Order: sequence, then structure tokens, then C-alpha cells
Amino acid sequence: MLSVVVRRLSGLAGTLFVASLVVFAVMDLLPGDPAQVMLGVDAREDTLQALRERLGLDRPAFERYVTWIAGFLSGDLGVSYTYDTPVGTLIAERLVVTLPLAVMAILLSTIIAIPLGLTAAVRRGTAVDTAVMGFGQIGVAVPNFWFAMLLVVVFAVQLRWVGAGGFPGWDAGIGTALGALVMPAIALALPQAAILARVTRSSTLDVLGEDYIRTARAKGLPNGAVLWRHVLRNALIGPLTIMGLQFSFLLSGTIIIENVFFLPGLGRLVFQAIAQRDLIVVKDVVVILVAVVILVNMIVDIAYAAIDPRLRVRDDGR
Amino acid sequence: MTAAEPSGSNTAAVPVLPGRSGLVRRLFRHPGFVIGSAIVALVVMAAAISLVWTPYAIDGVNISGRFAKASAAHWLGTDQLGRDVVSMLMSGAVTSLTVGFVAVGIGAGVGIPLGALAAVRPGLISEAIMRLGDLTFAFPAILTAVMITALWGPGAVNAILAIAIFNIPVFARLTRGVALGVWSLEYVQAARAAGLHPARITVKHVLPNVASVLIVQATIQFALAVLAEAGLSYLGLGAQPPSASWGRMLNEAQTLLYLAPQLAIYPGVAIAMTVLGLNLLGDGLRDVLDPRLRGR
Amino acid sequence: MPRVVASILTAAMVVAVPLTAHAAKDTLSIGMGLEPPHLDPTAGAAAAIDEVVYANVFEGLTRIVADGTVAPGLAESWTISDDGLVYTFSLRQGAKFHDGTALDAGDVVFSWERAVGPDSVNAKKGIFEPIEKIEAQGASTAVVTLKRPTGHFLFDMGRGDAVIVAPESAETNKANPVGTGPFVFDSWAKGNQIRIKKSDSYWGTPAKLSQVTFKIISDPAAAAAALQAGDVDMFANFPATELIPQFEADPRFKVSIGTTEGETLLSINNGNPPLDDVRVRRAISHAIDRQAIIDGAMYGYGTPIGSHFAPHHPAYVDLTGMYPYDPDKAKALLAEAGVKDLKLRLTLPPPAYARRGGEIIAAQLRAVGIETEIIPVEWAQWLKSVFRGDDFDLTIVSHTEPLDIEIYARDKYYFNYDSAEYKAVIKELAAEDDPDARTALMQKAQRILANDAVNGFLFELAQHGIWPAKLRGVWANRPVQANDVTAAYWAD
Repeated sequence: MLSVVVRRLSGLAGTLFVASLVVFAVMDLLPGDPAQVMLGVDAREDTLQALRERLGLDRPAFERYVTWIAGFLSGDLGVSYTYDTPVGTLIAERLVVTLPLAVMAILLSTIIAIPLGLTAAVRRGTAVDTAVMGFGQIGVAVPNFWFAMLLVVVFAVQLRWVGAGGFPGWDAGIGTALGALVMPAIALALPQAAILARVTRSSTLDVLGEDYIRTARAKGLPNGAVLWRHVLRNALIGPLTIMGLQFSFLLSGTIIIENVFFLPGLGRLVFQAIAQRDLIVVKDVVVILVAVVILVNMIVDIAYAAIDPRLRVRDDGR
Repeated sequence: MTAAEPSGSNTAAVPVLPGRSGLVRRLFRHPGFVIGSAIVALVVMAAAISLVWTPYAIDGVNISGRFAKASAAHWLGTDQLGRDVVSMLMSGAVTSLTVGFVAVGIGAGVGIPLGALAAVRPGLISEAIMRLGDLTFAFPAILTAVMITALWGPGAVNAILAIAIFNIPVFARLTRGVALGVWSLEYVQAARAAGLHPARITVKHVLPNVASVLIVQATIQFALAVLAEAGLSYLGLGAQPPSASWGRMLNEAQTLLYLAPQLAIYPGVAIAMTVLGLNLLGDGLRDVLDPRLRGR
Repeated sequence: MPRVVASILTAAMVVAVPLTAHAAKDTLSIGMGLEPPHLDPTAGAAAAIDEVVYANVFEGLTRIVADGTVAPGLAESWTISDDGLVYTFSLRQGAKFHDGTALDAGDVVFSWERAVGPDSVNAKKGIFEPIEKIEAQGASTAVVTLKRPTGHFLFDMGRGDAVIVAPESAETNKANPVGTGPFVFDSWAKGNQIRIKKSDSYWGTPAKLSQVTFKIISDPAAAAAALQAGDVDMFANFPATELIPQFEADPRFKVSIGTTEGETLLSINNGNPPLDDVRVRRAISHAIDRQAIIDGAMYGYGTPIGSHFAPHHPAYVDLTGMYPYDPDKAKALLAEAGVKDLKLRLTLPPPAYARRGGEIIAAQLRAVGIETEIIPVEWAQWLKSVFRGDDFDLTIVSHTEPLDIEIYARDKYYFNYDSAEYKAVIKELAAEDDPDARTALMQKAQRILANDAVNGFLFELAQHGIWPAKLRGVWANRPVQANDVTAAYWAD
């Protein structure tokens, strides 16, 4: 197992290196001059040049890349061109919005999906099953940003229960702040829940079809007990894997949803930074997100191997 | 850009094409497939008709006639520039279908040969191809798309490119997985031992076996691509006016939620219906072509 | 008089202040669409910077007031030598920076020399260019010598770019602005809000508000919701023009449609054939229906213009009748110029006036046989390809600088207009002191621009302010892009 982890970690480093090269190259090729964006149309050429020098934009590409990576590895993410603030601070400020949002969405989708999937599997072929499958189909088909707009139309425009977006900040009170995240989290959770419910259902069906479950049932164990003791644990392996795979999609979804609800999260930061040519911010955030995605997938893989009894037996047997 | 269901990701899956006559009959007995193909047929028809005729021109503006309610003249009313919503929706179908089809086409066209190659040449080439796929997936899709459009400008072509990039590894992985299973079959190994060129074996034995899985996957990818196109257009990165696009219609409707909430409803329904239709179609195909996975 | 106290919050405030005082609100939250990149007005072009700090946190020697005129700022008074070259400013007594250091003439020398120096990153370095030298005479007198008489020097020194900063804090003003104004920078939650607080040691009339919060709300629909819900008190420039009527009907709010300095243009690349042919440009001018654009893109808010000049300015001449909307005339002019199957690129920056207006203009041009390819771009790309690269045919952009007709006299300005006659007029204007003669020259300039149909002159952007009916002392017009709240207060 250890060798697997080491190999995966070296693979991670390699992927990150290539990713950093790709991001750097793309940012270098982006049309537009950060200095001109900051100083506008009346800036004189000597002023622009002075700013480029200050930002280090006049150095050769190789030198800039090495400076960036060396700083990155030593934990110094650089200073934002536009905000003139350490990028690390900026990211931390945005994470306090994005992270709770993502966690809320994951919790919400799990709470909705797992019971739905289990019920549908146990009641296979009934109206309940059909309804869950229908939810699964529709949830995947509805674009989350559109669902978000529908939520706004109903709850903000018609009922006026909540604002149409924005984030009051955590110092406005935990309740108020969380309240602003509820609709975005629901919008984000819908497609996740739909996929998760379908996967839970099918993986539960798998487990229910296994011999030992049939035996347990034949022995006369009550259905509920069988479900708890045997089925649930094994059936959750499928959804767990999917949640790992879905993580990158969740990130993408968060970025779009932050734009729908105008939440000052990481996604908005990247969008804004690209528009303002705050290249250092874009580079840092993208590389960090890539690293997070790879890490999460790796952890899921390892957890998968650790949980799945079948895989474990196979490991021991060799 | 959601959902990566591992349909057919099983390496050992070697589905065999069922007999043709029974296939069609079974397909049309599958309720999901019937509903799905009906929806898809409707969308395709709307798109096809819009190429030669729409109730109104979509590139004209009529400021005094904007925000009209639904009526006999305008079945779904008019938008913020006085354009007929039905006409916009019909033309938007062309954009959605074209972008989706071409993106998946590129993904399959590049991904399948790469996957087949990876199956034939294990080792460095295979490893390189698969790692490249991992790298692509490690980038949040939306950021890649945003960077591509920041680089080359927003538009239908770059939207296609951004979506295609994520389809290539999907098809490559799938093809490689199924192909590896085929290569381990006795008669294929025998053919190889007999000195038949790997390329010939691939064409003769591997691809036919991969076909059904790929068709199913392509349908599902198509649905995802339609969703992705909508997402990109919604962010203003997709097809540009005067061509219509459902995602952009939603983008424009968003600032008008208080004034004309109905404008935010129709394009969303169109997107959801199309995706739903394609997914039902794909699931139906999978059930029939690949009976092991029935009912999932 | 005691009022009905509606909320716990207000009740707490009543307890906090002496019982004899009114329970009137003394904080204000202002919504703004774009977040400033940083808060140093001497190192950036973003209007959002000035919208937070101008006059509130930072002050210059002069200041631009609500009616667009120049008033004393940190300079209590000044004298100008007869040849118009030497300005002697006497500074306010007791003016202090927020970090406690006193303002003296050395700070003026420092600020302006920094702006004009080789390392300057001042977005408007050009306005300091006429300065020959700056000297401090004692602590409270600054003497500026110019290279040549410059009529608008006092106006320019009232801009945000020319505010006085201290050597101790100049380099850190971006994140922690230290000025001399009646408000002190308090906090900035990035992407969310910026807060300033009343200064206790201001040299002049203290601010009436104790705290002002600028909240960043970029979505028009969210802006409307935030106003309705009371999350923000006001928008100096409300982004959702289409929703203004609902606020006009609401007695809680005052809707103010004021003026800005934003001439919105369909800019034409005069250097690209066949756009170098005045007949083609006139055809374009006849093809565009300004009222339809104002109605469609701005929901009726905006004043049509016929040349590059603000309609509220005394020297304005109405030239909108010169090119009435006339598609047939446009087609005839195109035919006369021998232009057929014209296909042009229409590059659109992000603002709604450009994107919405662009679709309408594309349709109007199509009606006279000009096909356009719409190219939406970000500002960064617009600056590169249009403004710097000349790589465009048509674009829509609002020129928000006050009195900026001299841009048409610049060499190689992005729309590539080159007229010896016009340049002569502007040159004469720069050296002219007499108000009547200046007016005549400005009117002549407007006529030349209209006659040459340099650009498609569309409309003057309106300032749509929405604020609570009880709020007083905020600017209704926008002579410079600022939210001067130094005199704002709540009426009881």
C-alpha cells in the first residue's frame, strides 16, 4: 500500500508540474497588458513601462516561471497585481465563502440522495422507484444555473423571502450569512443528488443480489436489520467513488453558481482576475484547484481500497 | 458538465451486438427509448425547420414590441429586443445540437484511435495517453473553458473546442478499457499469433465489439455537451449574436427576472428537455445493447 | 422628537446616544457595481477607486464640486501670476493625515513629483506634464511653475489622480489609504464591502455620517433586491435601468436622473477603408436610430447627442438633427461611395450599453446593407486590440472624461481621425482665456466633428441615482466619477 501511495504522490507532482507549465503558458499568451488594464486609456507609455517593471512583467518568461514556482513551493503565492495584497490572503478570504458552500451542497445532496436511492432499490419496480428514477433523470438534465434562476424567481422575486444574491459577510451574523448560501447550495446539490441517488440505487441493487444477503434474508433476519448491517456499508462504496469523481464537477458547478448568486467566492475571484489580467492570482488558484482535485481523487482511491472488502481480500490473498 | 457515470468502464465488458431484427423491436418496446427519441426528434425537427423558416426573423429588433405577452402572433411572446421567443428557441436548437454534435464528434474521432492505440501498445505510449487524460480531468472544466475563450475569444468554435477537449479522454479511456478485454480473447490472440497486423485486428475485431458501448457513451456525452454549451453561453462564452443560443437567452433573462420572469423559463425548459431526451435515448440504447446493465 | 422605534438595532442606538439626541440614522451603505482593484487614486484608472476615496478619504489642493466647478480643497486659496505660469497655493492650517502627521508644502512637492517622476505609475501622468517645477516656501505655501499657460490646470489638480499623499504612507495606500479627508479608511472585505469611518481630527467641517459602507453588488437584479430589502441604502449609479420605474413609484426612494460626462459612441476606425470615406461614415450615422438604442439598451434613459459634447455644458450645440435616422439616405450614400456588401467587425466591451446597444446597432446596420460580425471582448482585450492595436472597424464605448474633445486632435488616437482644421481649433482653444471666445471655439469643434461624422454619436449616459427619500446632500450629477458623501446626512 505504501508503495502505491508513493507512486501516486510522484505522479501527482508530475501532473502538477505539467499543469503549472500549461497555466503559465496560457496566462503568458492571454491578449491584453495587465499594466494597461490597471492604468486605463490615458496612461502614458513611460508610466505603463514603469508599472510593468514594478510587476516584473518585463523579465524573460523562464525567469518569471522559476520565480513563481519557487515562491509557490516555499508557500509565497506572490502579490496580486490589482489588489496589491498577498494572493494567499485573497484566497483565504474567498475560501470562507466557497468552502461552506461546497460542504453544504455535499451534505444536502447526500442527505437527499442516499435515502432516496436505498428506498428505490428496496422497493424496486414500485411507484417510489419510478419516481426516484424520474428525479434522477430530471435532476441530471436541468442545468444548475437555470435551477438557480428558478429559485430566484420563486423565492426572491415572487415570494420575496430571500435576496436575489450577494453575500453579507460572516460578520453580519452566522445565520444571515448561512441564509445567503442556502439557495446556492440547493442549486448546486440538485444534479449531485440526482446522480448520487441513481448510483446508490444501482449499487444497492448489486449488493442485494449478492449471495450473502440472500442468505441473511433466508435466515429470517428482518429487512431493516439486513439493510443496516450488510447492505448499507457495501452499497455506499459506489456513491463514495462517484463523490470523488464528482468533486471536480462540484468545483465547476460552484464557480457557475457563484456567478449566478454573485457570491464573493473563489470562482468569482478567478473570473475577475482573468478579466482584469491579474495573472498571478489566476495561476495560483488554478494550480491549487488542480492539486486539490488530484489529491481528492487519490484519497478516494485509497479509501476505496481500504473500505472495499472484496479488494482487501484480493490484496491479502496475493 | 456534470455526471461521469462509469457506464461500461468495466475492463472485462465485451458486449456482443444482438441480432439486428430483434434489436429494433426491443428498442421500440423500451419506454425510455421511445420517449427519449420522440423528444430528440422534436428538437432536431425544430432545428432543421429553423434553417429554412422561423415564424419571425431572429436578427431583427423591434424595440416598441418588446416584452410582449404570449399571443396568437407570438406564441411565447417577445424578448427584451422584441424578437419572437419561439423563433429564438428554434434557432437556439441549431446552436445546441451543432456544438454538441461536433464537440462529441471530435472527442470520439480523436479519443477512439488514441484508446485503441493505448490498448495495442501498453507501456510508454499507453501511459502517456492515459496521464494526459488525467491531466485534462484535473482542470475544473469551466476554468479550462474560460481560459480558452480568454485566449481566443468567445464564440461557437471555441466553445466546441473547450467541450471537445474533455470528451477526448472519455472516449480514449472507454475504448482502451473495452479493447483490452477484446485483446485478451482467445480468437483475437490467435489472430495475432498468426501474424495479423494489430491495426487490422483492431478494425476487424476490436472496433465492432467496442461500437455498442461507444454509441451509448456518445449519446450520453452528447447530452452533457448540450448542458456544457448552455453553461458556457450562459457565462457569455458561447455562440454570439446574431445566432441564437439557449444559454445566452438565459444570461440575458437573468437581469430581467423582475420584469419578465417568463423569459428565464422557456430556454431552460428547452435545455432540460433536450438533455433529458438524449439521456433517455442513451439509457434505452444501453439497456438494449448491453443487457448486463439493464435497469440501472 | 421621539419616534417609533422599529427595531432592536435602532433601540440600541438610542441607548448609546444621549437621550436628547434624535434617533436619526447616521450610517450609510452605498451599492456599487464594480469593486475597486485597490484604493490608491494616484496609481490606477478604475473609476471605482475614486468612487470610494475621492473627497471622502483623499483630498487634493483643489476639488471638483457637485456642479462641476473647481473649489478650494487643501489649498485655502491661490494666486496665479499674470503670465499664467506661476501658481502659489496657500495650504489649510491644521490639516493632518489620518496617521497623525501634519500636512505641509513638502507633501505637495512629494505627491506631484512622484506623479511626474520616472517611476510614476499615475494613470493620468499627462496632467502633470505642464509642470516645470514645484517648490515649498515654508510649511504652508507651495509654488508651482508651469512650462506654458494651461487653462484647465486647477481642474486637473482637483482630480483623484492629483490628491496629496504623505511620503510615509504613499507606498501602502493601495491596501490602507491614508489621506487628509473627513473619512478614515476602516476595513475592506474583498469582493464584498469597503468601510470608511468619520475622522475625529478633520481640519474642516466634520462629516455628518459616522460610517459609510460601500457594498459591491455587480448583478443588476441583485442590486434591485438589495435596495428593496434595505441591504443597501442607495446606488449612486443604479445598474438596472429597466427596473427604475418600480423605484419611482416607491415613496421610500428618491430617483434622480442626472447627467454624466459619458459620451457614448459608435466609434469608427477612420483609418480603415472604406470607413475613411466620409460618405460611408455619414451613411452609418443615418442608419442608426438613436432613440431606439436609448430605449432598447438604456430603457429610455440617456440624451441623444450629435457630436462629442455633453448636452448639459453651456457651450453645447444641438447637432442631433444633422443625421436624422434615414435608412434610405444611408443606402444612397453607400451607393454614392460605391460601397457594396460591406462587412464590418463590431467589437463590444463588457458594459451593458455596449452589449445591448451592439445588438441593436447590428440590426440597424443590417437594414441598410452593412453586415457586422459581433466580437464581444473583455476590457483587457479591448484595450489591446481596439485602443492600442487599431485592430477594429466599429466599437461602442462611453468616453467618461469631462471636456475631452481634445482626444480628436491627438495623433494616432484609436479612431484615427486626422484633421488639420480640427487640430488648429483645439490648439487655439488651449491657449484661449476669454470665456466667450472659448465657447465659440468649442462650438466650432463640435460642428467639425459632426460634419466629418467621425464617430456615430449616440447618447450621453444618464446618471441614475436611487437613494432614500430622507437622505440629503448626495450628488445628483456626476461631473467626476465620485461619491462625495462629505456633506450627506439623514433628514429627520
